Amino acid sequence: MGRTLAEKVWDDHVVRRAEGEPDLLFIDLHLLHEVTSPQAFDGLRQAGRPVRRLDLTIATEDHNTPTLDIDKPIADPVSRAQLETLRKNCADFGVRLHPLGDVEQGVVHVVGPQLGLTQPGTTVVCGDSHTSTHGAFGALAFGIGTSQVEHVLATQTLPLARPKTMAITVEGELPDEVTAKDLILAIIARIGTGGGQGYILEYRGSAIEKLSMEARMTICNMSIEAGARAGMIAPDATTFDYLKGRDHAPEGEDWDAAVAYWKTLRSDDDAVFDAEVVIDATELAPFVTWGTNPGQGAPLSANVPDPASYEDASERHAAEKALEYMGLTAGQPLRDINVDTVFVGSCTNGRIEDLRNAASILDGRKVANGVRMLVVPGSVRVALQAVSEGLDKVFTEAGAEWRHAGCSMCLGMNPDQLAPGERSASTSNRNFEGRQGKGGRTHLVSPQVAAATAVLGHLASPADLSDARTPAGVR
Amino acid sequence: MEAFTTHTGRAVPLRRSNVDTDQIIPAHWLKKVTRDGFEDGLFEAWRKDENFVLNRPECEGASVLVAGPDFGTGSSREHAVWALQNYGFKAVVSSRFADIFRGNSLKNGLLTVVLEQKVVDALWELTEADPTVEVTVDLQARQVRAEGITADFELDENARWRLLNGLDDISLTLQNEADIAAYEAARPAFKPRTIAA
Repeated sequence: MGRTLAEKVWDDHVVRRAEGEPDLLFIDLHLLHEVTSPQAFDGLRQAGRPVRRLDLTIATEDHNTPTLDIDKPIADPVSRAQLETLRKNCADFGVRLHPLGDVEQGVVHVVGPQLGLTQPGTTVVCGDSHTSTHGAFGALAFGIGTSQVEHVLATQTLPLARPKTMAITVEGELPDEVTAKDLILAIIARIGTGGGQGYILEYRGSAIEKLSMEARMTICNMSIEAGARAGMIAPDATTFDYLKGRDHAPEGEDWDAAVAYWKTLRSDDDAVFDAEVVIDATELAPFVTWGTNPGQGAPLSANVPDPASYEDASERHAAEKALEYMGLTAGQPLRDINVDTVFVGSCTNGRIEDLRNAASILDGRKVANGVRMLVVPGSVRVALQAVSEGLDKVFTEAGAEWRHAGCSMCLGMNPDQLAPGERSASTSNRNFEGRQGKGGRTHLVSPQVAAATAVLGHLASPADLSDARTPAGVR
Repeated sequence: MEAFTTHTGRAVPLRRSNVDTDQIIPAHWLKKVTRDGFEDGLFEAWRKDENFVLNRPECEGASVLVAGPDFGTGSSREHAVWALQNYGFKAVVSSRFADIFRGNSLKNGLLTVVLEQKVVDALWELTEADPTVEVTVDLQARQVRAEGITADFELDENARWRLLNGLDDISLTLQNEADIAAYEAARPAFKPRTIAA
């Protein structure tokens, strides 16, 4: 019987398999950041253990870093101490680190791919649930806890039980205005926040094959929001073209050997998935969330749902709680929801294409009065590219704030937060209660919807913008 | 890791589904660099409401949390497990846990027990009717017991063995040093490296 993509990558990394034990898997790439690593390094120190494979380990600073005044000392002493702890740990153990101010600094899941470290057929882990992002390359990539971070630092392996596999097949052409973000939000709404639990998802089908690498990363990034262990997309010419020439991509004979291997990384025609979901791409529309988990979403043209319409008691109760927290009324059109803040950024939508998409809508337009818009590039490299294309000017001329790279308002560990009761349209990945600041209310959206929402002041898609404008020449 | 064999204590009924790890421990607590001191951050936003179940005097000292489905979704933060343990919880019962949270809990000796929702419902009703009732979570017998309730639960034998003996995963893995070294020696040259070896 044939094997799925996930099974192939899994099998290629089994160090030890024994009856009654989880498989011991080798880890090709371990990404570190300041939040989930300090206790792991402490564990190594206490046990007198070194980092086993410094050449497969890399760290950056992202969660705590400020997006303003980065040349000044970090104001919050606790954040500063955490960053200093990472710097000390990396220095003591010899780990490559890209700290704040370094040209390769940025959100860890943006940095790995842009350096060419994330490659097809590799196993990638990080103490961060959005590690699933790297699955866009046909890597098996998943988030781990701090105990596992310590385990990988010490052994470069992890004992793991193999998850089941689920195919998410998306056929047809995505309509205009419908982005990767809309697609993944629709998938999560369809299968639920627990729908992927225990599975590795494989996104496939003609709609997926047409997506750019960055759009594929947006899809895989949010696999965890459907409860999945990981999300993957089979590597193809799009993947190889993206990687070719990057800092850590193979060269010469190594490149040829790598591509020959990467081309084998496809689910066999007779492979059997444990579950399959089929989505018709042509039926999709811009999608937004109305509730407090990423599964509580609907097309922008819909109304806020009535909790009474849910048959399942726990879903009904969850919807009631969500509407109460979000300050929404059943039946209210989603387009009537006004926002205070618009956030463009994060490991979900903080890459250059996302910024281009948002800028193309904002070009020649203004952010609505009373709306604050933050644009936070995913990495310093993304920021530099955006500046070279003049996107920063488009944002600032529209009235948005152009910030330094980091996780920023996605989770509000730095000063970029919502005030209690404030409402955002956010290109990030989680609309949990208080995620973007205590009492803050989050609607997850695509970069295009974020930009149109910023202009109109209420949830909107670019098609709602009928105004004349004079673009300054951005695509 | 502390071994877990059996535990008996009072239970807290948490009638909520999709309790994500941002609710269990908000992000601003994640700036700490230790594994302890997270107890005041546990369910921080909800505890501001005096009617929240943990604030009820009868729940003080309870050590078993009985939660709705999809407990521990979202972020991989192990701080969520530490916060529950720092507060005094020894076990969490739910009909479904998020994968990463479950893995983290079992690595720290916080027993996460999966029971059918109808058993969870029965535990909620029981503990709401009488908050002094005690619930036993018995890993040796793989069973949860309370007045009028006996429910078996599953946990894979390897995880159970590690918990019962409080074994350290890293030491176990390092016993396979020869296998790891052999795998490393056979890795293809084209695999990425962050620094020159």
